[in-house]
Amino acid sequence: MGRSSSDRSGTGDARNARPPRPGSSWVWIPLLPFFLFAVIFILIPSISIVYRSFEGPGGELTLGNIIELLNRRDLMLAYRNSISISVVTAVGGGIFGFLLAYAVTLGGLPRWVRSFIMTFSGVASNFAGVPLSFAFISTLGRVGLLTALLNTILGFELYRAGFSIYNIWGLSLVYMYFQFPLMVLIMAPALDGLRREWREASENLGATGTQYWRYVALPILMPSTLGAALLLFGNSFGAYATAYAFTGSNLSLATIAISAQIRGDVLYNPGLGNALALGMVFVMGICMLGYGWMQRKASRWLR
Amino acid sequence: MRRRSFGSWIWVVLGSVYFFLPLAASFLFSLRKLSDHLSFEAYRGVFSDAGFFLNFGSSVRWAAITIVASLLLVVPTVYWVHLRAPQFRRIVEFITLMPFVVPAVVLAFGLIRAYARPPLELTRTPAILIGAYVVLSLPYMFRAVDNGLRAIDVRTLTEAAQSLGAGWATVLWRVIFPNLRVALLSGMFLTFAIVVGEYTFASLLAWPAFGPYVVLTFQTKAYEAVALSTLSFALTWASIGVIQWLGRAAPGQAQVAGAR
Repeated sequence: MGRSSSDRSGTGDARNARPPRPGSSWVWIPLLPFFLFAVIFILIPSISIVYRSFEGPGGELTLGNIIELLNRRDLMLAYRNSISISVVTAVGGGIFGFLLAYAVTLGGLPRWVRSFIMTFSGVASNFAGVPLSFAFISTLGRVGLLTALLNTILGFELYRAGFSIYNIWGLSLVYMYFQFPLMVLIMAPALDGLRREWREASENLGATGTQYWRYVALPILMPSTLGAALLLFGNSFGAYATAYAFTGSNLSLATIAISAQIRGDVLYNPGLGNALALGMVFVMGICMLGYGWMQRKASRWLR
Repeated sequence: MRRRSFGSWIWVVLGSVYFFLPLAASFLFSLRKLSDHLSFEAYRGVFSDAGFFLNFGSSVRWAAITIVASLLLVVPTVYWVHLRAPQFRRIVEFITLMPFVVPAVVLAFGLIRAYARPPLELTRTPAILIGAYVVLSLPYMFRAVDNGLRAIDVRTLTEAAQSLGAGWATVLWRVIFPNLRVALLSGMFLTFAIVVGEYTFASLLAWPAFGPYVVLTFQTKAYEAVALSTLSFALTWASIGVIQWLGRAAPGQAQVAGAR
């Protein structure tokens, strides 16, 4: 094996030389296992959610589940919380991530800072879940390191001041940990794509730095930035493990409401659970369509 | 120029604080099991618990099976798309991005509702968990293999091998796989890191795994749980480090491993 890989010739034995290529209409046959897998593990579960959302207890077609969902205060609150935490962390993480990406690409910093930040962003953007929750509980929980430090050094009692890591705002702070690195990862290549000639051209035409950003750079970056923000939104909208490990099922979020349906410790109406899941797919779907659209617009400039 | 880089440093420092503070805090927290002095007592507790080895072992096993299944599924598919079926590229890529559209909780819900009863009663077998993990690994595997195949001349290699008499299996196994080694390893390590720390599917589909074990531990033994999550971070960090290092080892394919 080592021999055939080091020179790229590949010395296979001549036993089963095949007849020439198959007709182009059969070209999809080798892709069959992949499509079959996708049907079993993605398509059928998704279709079953959609289908059963519109199925009544007796198997009849109905809008009852959707209407019930829209009338359920607690579930609507869960959606509202999920959406607001996603907006907050997408905007906050987006802005901070953008500035950090700007700093490491165009900010005139040494090369190693860039590779350091990029590597760490790669790790941190994948660092959602249980360990992340515990890391933040150790930092800003009631007996967390930073909480204790603020108290002993500044005499400032964080939890007396109304702060808590265990509510929506605290959770936003936690989500930011994987949100802004994702923004850095997406924006750094886009910022790299800003050509030097564009800046020089606008300077030759007498533009100031501000004018260059206002009329040239930002409009070019706008699609990638908005697309990235949508991706960030979806990223935190679908997050579950972090929130659950953090507060158990105390916090009302859409993902937690669905998991409660699975664990079976609430209200019993299977149709409602499906409608709940359908709502999430709906929001995510819109998000990703927007992202794809923005990507296409952005790619015009990055070629 | 100097003024500009000063502003940049501020963001970099802020970002680094955000990166490191929680990690440092959780490490310190895990050392404070004995209230009077710092010690590795919590770690000793972790390693003397049979449950740790049981659940961690399960997760490693799930990860290994997932990696093999994902490779077998993705490599031939993407290879074929590059070689003969470029018109299927969009749909294949779209499918691999599904984990970003369907959140894990929703997919788990759909899987349970679809496969909890005959004809296809998958929820009783680990196949359902592995399937879910393979879905989770698709975006990373696809990207790794796709980048890897871009870096080599698939058509020439295939035709050269075929004209020397190789069949499809030989071409894939002895020509394509070896040439993709670095790309595949980076996909494998990323999948490993993701699956070993995974919580959502393991807990909702009710299979023993490391993630649910850590959460369960936290309910009774906070210090041990934080020690576990510190270990888990070290594992992720090591996996990513290996990917970076692999990327460096093969200069021609550096970007492959660096793919996000």
